[in-house]
Amino acid sequence: MADSQVLTDTAAVTGPFGRRPKPIFSRRNIMLYGTLIVIAVYYLLPLYVMVVTSLKGMPEIRLGNIFAPPVEITFEPWVKAWSEACTGLNCDGLSRGFWNSVRITVPSVIISIAIASVNGYALANWRFRGSEVFFTILIFGSFIPYQVMIYPIVIVLREIGVYGSLTGLVIVHTIFGMPILTLLFRNYFVSVPEELFKAARVDGAGFWGIYFQIMLPMSLPIFVVAIILQITGIWNDFLFGVVYTKPDTYPMTVQLNNIVNSVQGVKEYNVNMAATIITGLVPLTVYFLSGKLFVRGIAAGAVKG
Amino acid sequence: MANDKPFQPFRNLNAKIASIPMILTALVIFVGCTLWTIFYSFTKSKLLPKLDFVGFDQYERLWGTRRWLVSIENLLIYGSLSLIFSLLIGFLLAALLDQKIRFEDTFRTILLYPFALSFIVTGLVWQWILNPDFGVQHAVRSLGWESFNFDPLYNANIVIYGVLIAGLWQGTGLVMCLMLAGLRGIDEDIWKAARVDGIPMWKTYLFIVIPMMRPVFITTIVIITSGIVRVYDLIVAQTGGGPGIASEVPAKYVYDYMFQSQNLGQGFAASSIMLLTVAIIVIPWAYLEFGGKRRG
Amino acid sequence: MEPSISIKNLALSFGNLKVLKDLNLEVGQGEFLVLLGSSGCGKSTLLNCIAGLLDITDGQIFIGGRNVTWEEPSQRGIGMVFQSYALYPQMTVAGNLSFGLKNAGLPKAEIEDRVNRAAKILQIEPLLKRKPAALSGGQRQRAAIGRALVRDVNVFLFDEPLSNLDAKLRADLRVEIKQLHQQLQNTMIYVTHDQIEAMTLADRIAIMRGGQILQLDTPHEIYNKPTSKYVADFIGSPTMNFFDGAIEGGDQLRFTTGDLSFTLEGYEFDAGTPAPGTAWFGIRPEHMLSGADAENAPIRMNGQVNLVEPLGSDTLARVTAEGHALWIRLDGQAAIASGDSIAIGFDPARANLFDKTTENRL
Repeated sequence: MADSQVLTDTAAVTGPFGRRPKPIFSRRNIMLYGTLIVIAVYYLLPLYVMVVTSLKGMPEIRLGNIFAPPVEITFEPWVKAWSEACTGLNCDGLSRGFWNSVRITVPSVIISIAIASVNGYALANWRFRGSEVFFTILIFGSFIPYQVMIYPIVIVLREIGVYGSLTGLVIVHTIFGMPILTLLFRNYFVSVPEELFKAARVDGAGFWGIYFQIMLPMSLPIFVVAIILQITGIWNDFLFGVVYTKPDTYPMTVQLNNIVNSVQGVKEYNVNMAATIITGLVPLTVYFLSGKLFVRGIAAGAVKG
Repeated sequence: MANDKPFQPFRNLNAKIASIPMILTALVIFVGCTLWTIFYSFTKSKLLPKLDFVGFDQYERLWGTRRWLVSIENLLIYGSLSLIFSLLIGFLLAALLDQKIRFEDTFRTILLYPFALSFIVTGLVWQWILNPDFGVQHAVRSLGWESFNFDPLYNANIVIYGVLIAGLWQGTGLVMCLMLAGLRGIDEDIWKAARVDGIPMWKTYLFIVIPMMRPVFITTIVIITSGIVRVYDLIVAQTGGGPGIASEVPAKYVYDYMFQSQNLGQGFAASSIMLLTVAIIVIPWAYLEFGGKRRG
Repeated sequence: MEPSISIKNLALSFGNLKVLKDLNLEVGQGEFLVLLGSSGCGKSTLLNCIAGLLDITDGQIFIGGRNVTWEEPSQRGIGMVFQSYALYPQMTVAGNLSFGLKNAGLPKAEIEDRVNRAAKILQIEPLLKRKPAALSGGQRQRAAIGRALVRDVNVFLFDEPLSNLDAKLRADLRVEIKQLHQQLQNTMIYVTHDQIEAMTLADRIAIMRGGQILQLDTPHEIYNKPTSKYVADFIGSPTMNFFDGAIEGGDQLRFTTGDLSFTLEGYEFDAGTPAPGTAWFGIRPEHMLSGADAENAPIRMNGQVNLVEPLGSDTLARVTAEGHALWIRLDGQAAIASGDSIAIGFDPARANLFDKTTENRL
């Protein structure tokens, strides 16, 4: 106000005029962007350290500083991590774990989403006696610590003859992906106008007809969200991998942990970091490519039914 | 819909067939396996489960084991600090990103990417950064501050804080995203009304916006806590429970007793306690959230 | 008398998008001004600029003679009521009313006094201890008005305050707002897209389109002498009937549309006799005469009724005459049915002529 009084006296155009003066380097902006940049650097630091360490030779690591960029870039650690690093007696690198993870992730994603989407659709549009009860159990079940159920599941899988095989692990991922995916699909299908569903029924379409011809084509975005959610979730899994597979079929995370935390031999930090990046590469790629859909996926977990 | 009608097992048959996996999961896995574990936690199962009841013996042994007590203590410290800090940092970050800033998407992408990484990767990276011989401590010392001491992973007293640093780095992005969604859900007019009323921004957040976000906070707390109770991979990768048993957690206790020490009964009892912990958190929440209302 | 609000050369743009363009507006002390327009015309944006909730790109805003262009909303001496009420949900009505005052550091007694006075005026005294969730839509809107009232300011800004209410309640609250204005004699700016609200409440209406004020005048003038075809078309329901044709010169100006041609005797041109050229001839449904009245009208024709909409108080008929589809407003008791032939007529003196290219009133 004081300022405006001073300016009033100037000339034909009296007083403040036009855009409120807002210097780009106002204290507020410096504080705001300054804080954000510092935080962003902090969050990026581990990724940076991983990358630079993986590109250095061991002598340089021993002498230098982990934050310093590599003097001499070498891809040796990456090659070693991928094809030579040892877990126990196997020395064929992370590649085995990578392909195991691919063999686990692809069918798990497809099967879990197929089952959960049809299930969510049944819950949203074809409710039957008791369907909500089972759904409630499913949602509350998702809070039960996995540790409570892992042993009995071992017995169940052994009984049906798939314990230790990839099939067994795919079943486990399908089971534990079910609560969140079913919730995701159910909520999505509930939001589809009911008139559409009714119109299709009047036209004589049945359960599967409506699902494949109407619901599926219009819910592609939610399928993409589910795929992102599942790829990252299953790829990053460690517990189920270590419990339900054998060393030959260990997923990448388990193998990575065994390589890095093995007590034998000289620690090759550059190889370890290369292996760590390679393991993180798949979910990171999915994350950076999917952008907002990833956010939608994780936010979906927070939306209650 | 069908609820008021008499039982017709073949009505809506396709939907029922489609729901078989869910029904099996709900009944066999979530109810059946959970009850099975609780049931067998009262037995003397060792290498194999066997029906040799010993009452509360396993639980007594559990609470008499130092490793379990350390695990619980760690979980409490890690859990409470992780909850407080991830809410605090997550909300502050969300509030910063909500200031109509430029490059919001870039900042959000950076803050959230750790969440896409597994706990194993997170644990290994921070194990490396906190390595006293090569990591932060070494870097600061080589700058000239010779007496600088920061080796949480090798100091039993503070190892759990080293894990906390990694856990927060991985998880705050998620909290920020949930909070940001909550902030964006606040009616724009509320902000306008507060500005017309002359309420400073921090007071608007504190007295108007945060109270309005109560459901978001509660949901977030439930999500964070149920994640905290499960914390396992991070410890395995970052510290392996060490030094000694200084960073053990219940989930690791369960796994080790079940699959390595061949002492199933202990594993069952420990996991039943984990279940109880989650129940103490989830049941009141569920009651508040769904209790009064009829579900539609 | 000094205007209560004065806006000079105001402009607002977001990047290259010009939302408001060189707006000038003066609102008198105690005047009730309504900003009316279809969605996206900039009316709410203008209100937000006046409130200081949006930073303008160019121009100046004076409130109560004070240049407030750079002031914070709370320093501008305004109270504002929002469409979504924007009540603070965790506080009681009394808390909502007093929160801003407490924050401004007013003495407790003064706050209580103001809250009670506002509650009395709005008859919400029994609701003061309740939270917004426990109020009906109308009560919430009253509480929201109360929050503006306690600020003890001379200018009230309303941003579509009744849009979230059902029709009956809207009509009731409209009356209450009008009474409130008569009682308080404050300057009020009211944004709406509802022309009934605009016509009934306003001292003056500003019709906005594309970030500009097309016409600013009393409801009567706006209705009877729209300065552009857009305004003529926008105001009135059903809309004005338009004939697309041309003005032809001679000693007596004529309007020709298709086979129909008539003199414009009695029509008062805005700016003298126009040059011949293409034009719109518009006439409101209630100025279309029918039956016996049509006999005496200067212009007569025969039409066929296609559609009848009995509204009770009056009846609307869709009539085709000389190739034009026209709306006619008839007495509510008129015995008319679809398929009837009727004689219709009108008087050019009551018409509105607009230039075809500029669409301005002739």
